[in-house]
Amino acid sequence: MNVFNTLRNIVENRASLILIGAMILVLPLLMTSSFQMRLAIVVWVYAMAVIGLNLLMGFAGQVSLGHAGFFGIGAYSVALGPSQLGLSPALSLPAGVAFCGILALVLGRPILRLKGHYLAVATLGLGMLVFMVLSNEVELTGGPDGMQVPRVVILGWKVKGTDTWYWITGVALIIGVWLTLNLINSPTGLALRAIRDSEVAASVLGVDIAKYKVIVFSISACFASAAGGLLALFNGHVTPGLSDFLVSVQMVTMVVLGGMGSIAGSLVGAALIIILPQFLTSLHEYEHAFLGLIMILTMIFMRSGIVPSIGNAIKRGRHDSNS
Amino acid sequence: MPLSEFLQFLISGLTVGFIYGAVALGFTVIYNASHVVNFAQGEFVMLGGMFTVFGISLGLPYLAAAILAIALTALIGVALYEFAIRPARGAPVFALVIITIGASILIRGLAQVGFGTSFFSLPSLAGDTPIKIGGAVAQPQSFVVVIGTLVMVGLLALLMRRTMIGKALIAASTDLIAARLVGINVRMIVALSFAISAVLAAVAGILITPISLVSYDIGVLLALKAFAAVMLGGIGKPAGALIGGILVGVGEAMTAGYLSSDYKDAAAFVIILVVLFFFPSGLFGSEHHERV
Repeated sequence: MNVFNTLRNIVENRASLILIGAMILVLPLLMTSSFQMRLAIVVWVYAMAVIGLNLLMGFAGQVSLGHAGFFGIGAYSVALGPSQLGLSPALSLPAGVAFCGILALVLGRPILRLKGHYLAVATLGLGMLVFMVLSNEVELTGGPDGMQVPRVVILGWKVKGTDTWYWITGVALIIGVWLTLNLINSPTGLALRAIRDSEVAASVLGVDIAKYKVIVFSISACFASAAGGLLALFNGHVTPGLSDFLVSVQMVTMVVLGGMGSIAGSLVGAALIIILPQFLTSLHEYEHAFLGLIMILTMIFMRSGIVPSIGNAIKRGRHDSNS
Repeated sequence: MPLSEFLQFLISGLTVGFIYGAVALGFTVIYNASHVVNFAQGEFVMLGGMFTVFGISLGLPYLAAAILAIALTALIGVALYEFAIRPARGAPVFALVIITIGASILIRGLAQVGFGTSFFSLPSLAGDTPIKIGGAVAQPQSFVVVIGTLVMVGLLALLMRRTMIGKALIAASTDLIAARLVGINVRMIVALSFAISAVLAAVAGILITPISLVSYDIGVLLALKAFAAVMLGGIGKPAGALIGGILVGVGEAMTAGYLSSDYKDAAAFVIILVVLFFFPSGLFGSEHHERV
């Protein structure tokens, strides 16, 4: 990856902020049912978690097979905050995000020393442990049946309705994109890309590899946690299934399908993986098999990601017409 | 009697530990030949058990059903390599990981439709009379599991050391390009490694089904725990995989017995996290040095 590619990525990502914002504004005009709107909300929420994971995978080059763990903690924090600590649901969300951020800081240091498959198994184990705690602590979490999440009330205003949640999650996604763009254009973003391209070269240049890896791990955990919390507030209930290994794997697939290191790609990946199965409702029993097939085909044919592939195709087309 | 209790947990831990070991060994065989970690390994265990159950229900004798099940599973293993892994050669680690996880979800999804969601069992090979050992009680099938696994390991060791195929496998795992240069058909050898590990897993599935039953979704946790066992022993070490599997199995049984049966499944992941904290390359792994 050379300087020009990096610059082009930055420009593309800036454009993606405007594109995503425009899309969130225009989409309600085109949608005909509240089912579609609910689907869009789920896409915004997953896109947010996937952008966080993309920071870790696409910019710092570290994989996590346990991100659904943070997703689950975020979701349960808005359920447990009110029931256990008496916090309001609206305050429980940032509390859960902060908790995940600190947890990731503490656990990140030993875990991110690991490489390759060892990193994969450690993050996987972390996610599994969260899932097991959420499933087994029946007294606290309601076990496999999950628990209710109280409705958000802000200054006496009850937040409800699909429309309202569409705008809340949409704005949250835009804030997430904006924060991410600022991060990747900052010195921290440069350090992360240096680590991805070569850890040895980065450390020779004086980049504190351990520190930056832990920072980005923590930030991506915060994104996943915020997304999980929003989804739980919107749904009104949580189950341990949110932190399932399958969800972690789905998130990784969304990152790769959309394109590693591409912010717009994270949204595209999330949208495809969530919306595609909706066309298969008549083949409902094959839903899992289908997901597995998508994952295999993505990794064989779409490994460089949809958004970067399209970007390259456009660039090539322009090049051809100039010559 | 605390000692007999301990012995009881040890027996059940060793039984399941040998199964984890067999699956972990399958991981190692594939990893050594192709540097792929095959998460569909747990599905092979399920398929071994399931195909045997359905073969018997079709009227086949036990042995014929088992052999057919092993052959079918091996075929699926080779198909996994030819249609999913080989087209993605040269892909980065995470892509191959997702392919094999995708394959496991695919196989599980199809099994759910084909076999249904109920649990199935097989008759025990050694009868049902419990055997008493120092106050503890062992199911006879436990011995079948342990002996069966050891026989498989022995056969695998013989194959690796004494045959041309084994030597080709070792050569391919040492250096792919060099292996190709001396005329080894690497494609066939890697396909063979998938077949071998599918056979290992299928046999493990047939051996364990009389004890722990089989349903379409037993593969997930099995693969993840066996993966933890592999990493525990240090990736690519056959002996490490077997020992890792036994450690995970015993750790799990002790957790269930002394701490909480709810957290039985968590034991493998706690063990792996603690071990990796102190030994980032597993217990028997060699230090990896990056070349600049």
